[in-house]
Amino acid sequence: MIKALEGSQALAEAVALCRPQVIAAYPITPQTHIVENLAKLVANDKLQCEYVSVESEFSAASVALGAVAAGSRAYTASASQGILLMSEVLFNIAGMRIPLVMTCANRAVSAPLSIWNDQQDSMAVRDAGWIQLYCGDNQEAVDTTIQAYKIAEECELPVMVCVDGFTLTHTLEAIDIPSVEQVDLFLPPFQFSRTLTSQQPMSAGALVAPDIYSEARYSHHQALLKAAEVIERVDNEWQTATGRGYGGLVKVELNPDGETGLLVLGSATGTFYDAIVEQALDEVRLIRLRSFRPFPIAALKEACAGLKRLIVVERALSLGSGGIVTAELRAALAGSAAMPLIHSFAIGLGGRDIPISTVADLLARVEGATEPVAFEIFAIDSDKLSPEDQ
Amino acid sequence: MSEISSTAVSVDVQALRRRQGRFSALESGHRACLGCGQALAVRLVSESTGPDIMVANATGCLEIFTTPWPESAWRVPWFHSLFENTGAIASGMEAALKAQGRNTKVVAFAGDGGTFDIGFQALSGLLERGHNVLYVCFDNEAYMNTGIQRSSSTPHAAMTTTSPPGKARMGKRHLKKDIISIVAAHHIPYAATASVAYPSDVRKKVRRALAIEGPTFLQIHSPCPLGWGHEGDKSIEVGRLAVQSGLFPLIELERGALTGAMPLRQVRPVAEYLKAQNRFRHLFAKSEWADEELEHLQALADHNIEVYGLRGEGRDALDSEGADTIHRGGQRWA
Repeated sequence: MIKALEGSQALAEAVALCRPQVIAAYPITPQTHIVENLAKLVANDKLQCEYVSVESEFSAASVALGAVAAGSRAYTASASQGILLMSEVLFNIAGMRIPLVMTCANRAVSAPLSIWNDQQDSMAVRDAGWIQLYCGDNQEAVDTTIQAYKIAEECELPVMVCVDGFTLTHTLEAIDIPSVEQVDLFLPPFQFSRTLTSQQPMSAGALVAPDIYSEARYSHHQALLKAAEVIERVDNEWQTATGRGYGGLVKVELNPDGETGLLVLGSATGTFYDAIVEQALDEVRLIRLRSFRPFPIAALKEACAGLKRLIVVERALSLGSGGIVTAELRAALAGSAAMPLIHSFAIGLGGRDIPISTVADLLARVEGATEPVAFEIFAIDSDKLSPEDQ
Repeated sequence: MSEISSTAVSVDVQALRRRQGRFSALESGHRACLGCGQALAVRLVSESTGPDIMVANATGCLEIFTTPWPESAWRVPWFHSLFENTGAIASGMEAALKAQGRNTKVVAFAGDGGTFDIGFQALSGLLERGHNVLYVCFDNEAYMNTGIQRSSSTPHAAMTTTSPPGKARMGKRHLKKDIISIVAAHHIPYAATASVAYPSDVRKKVRRALAIEGPTFLQIHSPCPLGWGHEGDKSIEVGRLAVQSGLFPLIELERGALTGAMPLRQVRPVAEYLKAQNRFRHLFAKSEWADEELEHLQALADHNIEVYGLRGEGRDALDSEGADTIHRGGQRWA
């Protein structure tokens, strides 16, 4: 059924459709509306579950972890400082191969304090061992959340659904909310092979010696690599069920043969799509990176084949290094026959607007370049910099 | 292995088994130190809980010595996540079991570091939200797993590797945190202190806690021979002196109100307890400062005896303390 919903409200409805038995939540802007809406569903008995209002994000992730260990489907959501506070638990959840789904309402990280959107939070925990899926719009956020439970439970890996804060969470869109029947057919009831039970006692979370730690890391790494196939398959299944698919790992849009590529994650895709269409920038191939973890090397190689130049647009950076996605992409494409010239930019940090003129400005910036732009925070206003930085 | 056969043991093994508690969550063969108070405490607790529990275990000695992969000493479902989230892990387990309609009791195990310090917030959250969990703190008064560093549970003036005595210091400068009062201030149905030196009392308090639907808390004083500096076979004696001197009062609190206290028929001087352990040996250096600290610790014990009304009046026929005395030959209780 198509409804006009705020992103957060739509996400809450999507989560409810997945029938979590335990929700653990702690408020943080811009995530709060999601768990508020879930609390409302619980209060009105539209969702039967244990709603645990915890005292921190650290405990939110921990309660969800304990709940899955005891055999229940669980959910939590956070952003920014909350993601950083729960980061120790995030690593632990992944290492214990716990099928949990959470929403990251992407937001900048302090200091300086900013409540607005970029993707520094989820990028900061990219090595935690979670699957990370980035959503272009609220319809995709809804659909990806439902897909995420299926992926998580099949792979026994946690999935972080990354949704740009405010840009998506606080925006009203017309959204097709799947029916209960559709979701029930698509998503089997929760089953976790390592559920704790006193009938068959099991110990989890043991101390391992150096003779086995490397093997445990190997298996975890392999599990993430193997998840790529599951992410693609589940997206296909969802497309069959609802008619909506998102390209699995990577989606190439507009001119698939264009020699100028624009690679982006998250909601900026929509802005760029419109810009390219409106301004008839017919030579541009728009590449959407949906799965950042696992990093889909093969799919990216395919998506980038035939490009002369590629502009990677990031919403975060590794300070002292540069573009995070760019570095990984350059490594992935290195040595391939026709390596495009890869230009790297960070834009829209801390909620700065990404106007529709951005695409044209980026294209102008790299026009005729023979050397790659190694990394640049785009459109810096030098008047606002301290003298030594000007 | 071949040198040790059952025939070489002269005692009647079957008879010995019959005298033992029926169930212990902890199997023999774990790697605790000789005389470990915590290992004994876990055994006592689980004798009362029985097998239908689910354990959330904080990082610490207990986690390390019971589960060196691929071995495990646990006979109950056991889960270790991190150091500071045990209260929250237990909350999540309880919420899940409730949602599924399962009746298994969730029990949280943590040391004093994981309870008084780094896990304090998660514990407070668990208590405030009223989860049906028994939280057991094995209090050995320092970070023993990392090599005896002071925690907020370390007694005043005790020596640890991060509160060493010296010219300018007389051991730990601060007081032991009054965790039981803080826990009781959450107005939970039941909070109690216990000591491994009083096994029947531990079992009784666990049974009381389990009979209650809601959050319950047990702080078990658990001597650590390595950290406290006494022989492994002295753990019970040392633990008993802590109680008998008044330094570690055994009390019960219901909804924040004091409802029980083990009376002390013969109060022992604090110095006797302190002398039994190396961690207080600098207090017997015959300096003015050392004497002052000894007086200070005696005053703390006197204060406990006063506020909890611990002073008993002569021996009482109803006292069961003697029944707790462990005799050789396996007669643990009368």
